[in-house]
Amino acid sequence: MDTTQKSLRVEQPFGKVSLQFLSRYWIFIALVVLIVAFSLLSDSFLSKINLLNILRQVSIIGICAVGMTMVILTGGIDLSVGSMIGVSGMACALMLQAGIPPVLAVFLTLVMGLGFGGITGLLINKIHIPPLIATLGLMTALRGVAYILNGGLPIYGIPESVKFLGQGWVFGIPFPVILMIAVFVLGYVLLNKTAFGRHLYGTGGNEEASRLSGVNVEKLKTKVYLLAFFLSTFAGIVLMARVNSGQPRGGTGYEMDIITAVVLGGVSIMGGSGRLMGVIAGVMIMGVLSNGMILLNIDEYVQWVVKGLVLLVAVGLDQLSNHKSEQ
Amino acid sequence: MSILCLKSVVKEYPGVQALAGVSFELEAGEVHAIMGENGAGKSTLIKTVTGAIKPTRGYVVYQGQTLPSGDPRAIIDLGISAIYQELSLFPELTVAENIFYGNETYKGLFLDKAKMNENALSLLKSLGTDIKPEVQVKTLSIGFQQLVELAKAVSKQCKLLIMDEPTAPLTNQEVKYMYEAVRRLQKQGVTIIYVSHRLNEVFDLCDRVTILRDGHYIETLDIDKVTEDELIRLMVGRTITNEYPKRTHELGDDYLSVRSLNSGLVKDVSFSLKKGEILGLAGLVGAGRTEIARLIFGADPLKSGEITIDGVTKLINSPHDAIAAGIGLLPEDRKTQGALLTMSISDNVSYSSLDRFSSKGILQPKLERASTQEFVSKLNVKTPSIDQLVGNLSGGNQQKVVLAKWLLNDCSVLIFDEPTRGIDVGAKSEIYELMRQITQRGVSVIMISSEMPELLGMSDRVLVVHDGSIVKELHPEEYSQETVLKYASGF
Repeated sequence: MDTTQKSLRVEQPFGKVSLQFLSRYWIFIALVVLIVAFSLLSDSFLSKINLLNILRQVSIIGICAVGMTMVILTGGIDLSVGSMIGVSGMACALMLQAGIPPVLAVFLTLVMGLGFGGITGLLINKIHIPPLIATLGLMTALRGVAYILNGGLPIYGIPESVKFLGQGWVFGIPFPVILMIAVFVLGYVLLNKTAFGRHLYGTGGNEEASRLSGVNVEKLKTKVYLLAFFLSTFAGIVLMARVNSGQPRGGTGYEMDIITAVVLGGVSIMGGSGRLMGVIAGVMIMGVLSNGMILLNIDEYVQWVVKGLVLLVAVGLDQLSNHKSEQ
Repeated sequence: MSILCLKSVVKEYPGVQALAGVSFELEAGEVHAIMGENGAGKSTLIKTVTGAIKPTRGYVVYQGQTLPSGDPRAIIDLGISAIYQELSLFPELTVAENIFYGNETYKGLFLDKAKMNENALSLLKSLGTDIKPEVQVKTLSIGFQQLVELAKAVSKQCKLLIMDEPTAPLTNQEVKYMYEAVRRLQKQGVTIIYVSHRLNEVFDLCDRVTILRDGHYIETLDIDKVTEDELIRLMVGRTITNEYPKRTHELGDDYLSVRSLNSGLVKDVSFSLKKGEILGLAGLVGAGRTEIARLIFGADPLKSGEITIDGVTKLINSPHDAIAAGIGLLPEDRKTQGALLTMSISDNVSYSSLDRFSSKGILQPKLERASTQEFVSKLNVKTPSIDQLVGNLSGGNQQKVVLAKWLLNDCSVLIFDEPTRGIDVGAKSEIYELMRQITQRGVSVIMISSEMPELLGMSDRVLVVHDGSIVKELHPEEYSQETVLKYASGF
């Protein structure tokens, strides 16, 4: 905390650059500090099994964080990500239970996710509902759908082939972790190596200037929501495979962890700036924090308080640095 | 007796000195004009007096006391108010509610609407207008809204009123109301600082005039001891002819033609632009020059009309379409519409041409950077590296970055909207030189500028815009500020 406070007072002309540098730096230090602290406080924390466990636990929010990063970079937000995870798990489980071949069931679920992404893009870009409200509405509506699909009950009976998505191991690494890494690599390439990524940063930084530079910003933002919803649907399927069932409550409250991870990672909530490398650290912090607090037997309600405060601190630091650099 | 006195006021911004030690005095009860070209420092001076900005050095004395610099609230309480050409009224509220906003009259716990309406009415009457206090401001014309703004300023017991280009968006009839109000205020003992580009207004209304140029104080004169020509000479400070690079190439055939463009404000605009030509659009602020440019560029929806380039009709529904047709726009507001301040120079320059630096959808940084570096060097952007954030550059260099973006994209028609606004003198002449260079290479340019000398100095032909229509075409032999102003004002 102290180092960040000091970093806010660095020299003016290049203040923004060094601030961004230091905020990136800070997040990795915080991660190391957390890991050291928990390993001192708990004997089991640093074990290989527990570390792999953390990675497996964060894989769901990690996959979604890539989509969320892109959404937030455009200046938007997706509150419906948790509900989308729930709905896709239920929908996919329902199809599997009905005997639809696994590949087809997964494919159809992903198509459904894209459909909801398209609807969201439409609501935001054509009807001009602010992203916060559009996805708030969807968050509630989709959660309702997740319950309705099987009368509020979970769906069991996931075939072995699908379980692999959530429970498999490859080269001693849980398969969901490999999926998360793949999604991060894909996200990194999209953001840093393509015109799409460049235009995404530009549009988030200044939508009108981007439009006047020839970018079709509505199309661009619609693509971003399509991608985000695709990823949350995919994460929902992986979660379903991991817990062996479609759970109507699946993914509840995940939007909180995911948004916190992204903002912790240095992505500005105002849009336009932030790197995926930082988001990886943000995701890890959220995972380490949850895992460590559970190992230390910290009360669940206290965990909520901690997570809420982490989000506020992360956004607060971002806003402070924005405010400073404007002056 | 002096009411306001500036003592060596200096205001520095990174790379620009907006005020370079300005001192002058204001007599109580006078209407005092402040004149100067755009960028002369008028706005900065006003903002210093109203407390919107803090001077870097120097101070202001008001009624014998040093003004609390940078404290707008305290300064209003001292009796200094300002009205600007952009209105700060709440359109949904009534006239009376606007006038007394933040200064309401109460009866016990509740607002005393009747009393406020009554006070507003007498205030408006004292300004010589019969606006009704109960109507919503949005139902009034701009001119009457400006009078409401004036009443609002006066209601705060103001002794010194600053008017920053108050008549710029007004019609002739509305200007007359404004005149009347100003004269009545003067009779009531209010001192007025009147900033305007319009010479005739200054001669009609003001007692004295102070001229600023490039942030320097030039002279204060009694208005009846000065001629229009003398004023212009003092403001411009140099002859127009040797400042602007001359065209040395022959103009080509018609390249861009627009026929009967219509939108909300733009009415039936037709003209054509030759290859290699600089076509100036003159007009008062709000006349529709920017709107015409934005229609051609697809930034605003076109109601009807046709745009052809090199004889081929182009369907332009978005900036994307316009850019594909080879049109580029350097918007009037560089910081909010032109440059992407949070991105690097290189990212800005290549922003509209990323396709050509992509191979199978993946960007090729080497190719991209070599190309952006080439244009950055060609346009002489002053920066240690193309990785510098554009937000850290001076105005002139930001403008060059925006220009580089379009040149890299091989645009054949470029629209410059106020290309040198907020840019220091040295960078201005570089921009002029660049405009000539690109037209020499066959690019056609539409130039919009409120700086008359610059517009007349650069343009091969000038179209005067008034109230959304083109009212006159002028050729170099007919150029004069007076002629342009005459047509621009609708005579």
